[in-house]
Amino acid sequence: MDSLFIMLLFVLILAVFLGFELINKVPSTLHTPLMSGANAISGITIVGAILSSGTDSAFLTTVLGTGAVFFATINVVGGYLVTNRMLGMFKKK
Amino acid sequence: MNMFFQSELFINLSYILASILFIFGLKMLSSPETAQRGNFISALGMLLAIVVTLMSNNIISYQWLSIALIAGAIVGASAASFVKMTTMPELVALFNGFGGIASLLVGSAEFLNITSMLSAIALSAVFLTVLIGGVTFTGSLLAFGKLSEIIDGKPFLYFGQRIVLVIFIILAFTLGIEIVVDSGLLGISRFYLLVSLVLIALILGILLTAPIGGADMPVIIALLNSYSGVAAAAAGFVINNNVLIVAGSLVGASGLILTNIMCKAMNRSLANVLFGGFGAVTASGGNNSGEIQGEVKPINASDAYLILEAANSVLFVPGYGMAVSQAQHSVRELGELLEENGCEVNYGIHPVAGRMPGHMNVLLAEANVSYDLLVEPEDVNPIMDTVDVCVVIGANDVVNPDARENEGSPIYGMPVIEVDRAKTVFILKRSMASGFAGIDNPLFLKENSRMLFGDAKESISTLVSEFKS
Repeated sequence: MDSLFIMLLFVLILAVFLGFELINKVPSTLHTPLMSGANAISGITIVGAILSSGTDSAFLTTVLGTGAVFFATINVVGGYLVTNRMLGMFKKK
Repeated sequence: MNMFFQSELFINLSYILASILFIFGLKMLSSPETAQRGNFISALGMLLAIVVTLMSNNIISYQWLSIALIAGAIVGASAASFVKMTTMPELVALFNGFGGIASLLVGSAEFLNITSMLSAIALSAVFLTVLIGGVTFTGSLLAFGKLSEIIDGKPFLYFGQRIVLVIFIILAFTLGIEIVVDSGLLGISRFYLLVSLVLIALILGILLTAPIGGADMPVIIALLNSYSGVAAAAAGFVINNNVLIVAGSLVGASGLILTNIMCKAMNRSLANVLFGGFGAVTASGGNNSGEIQGEVKPINASDAYLILEAANSVLFVPGYGMAVSQAQHSVRELGELLEENGCEVNYGIHPVAGRMPGHMNVLLAEANVSYDLLVEPEDVNPIMDTVDVCVVIGANDVVNPDARENEGSPIYGMPVIEVDRAKTVFILKRSMASGFAGIDNPLFLKENSRMLFGDAKESISTLVSEFKS
């Protein structure tokens, strides 16, 4: 159990540093799409939601999981589509 | 073969691939040429993660799951398709809140699932997921309310604000400790323990966002964006899932970077934004800038046209007022007419102009303005002396010369677009009311300033028709 936690923590730390390096130089033109695109990625919680909703467990867990799937799907689908719509407008003449 | 596609190995390999796609997607989002493809790649990663999770043999019932997926997809897709670009900040805030509540529900569902044996670490992660998810949810909803002006955008301050905040944080952590150690000392069941924590998290989200005024919205939206990522990463620790941790951390980090950029653009610390209640502080300190002298010099559209017609270089400086009056299309039209007239046209965009990071850029992109004409303050200020006409459209605090000249001003030290150094400044404004920060702007009284009163869109349209006639 502890070794699993250490492994997950390791992943967390590396991902945080990677995140800082990746985003460090974003031109301000793209701040809004970056934010809404990142927001869509945070909808990854949908993976956990699907597992809670679809596995064989207590009624309450299924209900909460299903609610989570609903909200996370809005976040994911809406987030990616609206980012795409915005980026489609950014043109150079 | 079917067995392989449902194996832990295949699922985890797919999660790794999804993480790679997220990383490349985010990387490509940081350049205008590749951004749209980057978003697509990141969406592919998400689709992959969702599909392999759905195929996993842990999933035995698809009934509720599919209803929730379809309903969520319909709501999300229609919101994304029908939103107007001017209301984009509201939508981003709302989506962000939904990400937060989803993480909160995942944490709660796992906590209440009697079949899952959660370790102390997983239980701590449940606490963090519920707390941060809840704060993200109500914080984002309140930001949505303030942005759409359902709720008054002014900072809400009250006596003992910080003490109340500290009490709620202590309460939250007390419940958190009880969730982890399960001592039974508080005498409430698991279920009510969770319900209390959820309620406290939801209240905390409101307490943290209420003191923040409209002009500071770009900071809080970026910060809530970061929180939604942190909540997802915490949920990853609850269900021991790497892809949640990677994706959540990436979002957490990017949100934090944006928050930092916004704070720097206002020359304020994050703590000052979160607890300062900017507008309220300035209302009392506004009197010490009483030495402002000069008079307001209005100009009409025909005179403004004559000056623009003779100009060799023009800089448009848009602010929230351009969004309010939906003037971006007329502005682009005027810009094109000026260019045809042999004039060099640029758009000076301050990082915190508008109500979210990059707000003005999105509006001008919608109006079909080429993004290489959009310049940042540090690029345009050095050449400001060569600019013939600056056209300030509904911007106020981001062009306030007090930021450089008046040490007593609350915005002293904030990097601004130094429009007053241009040969002539046109200020499009509805009236002489002060900006969101509630402070005077001596720019309006400067020798080279001319006020073009009226609705920004109408004023610009009048200039456009002057050019065409």
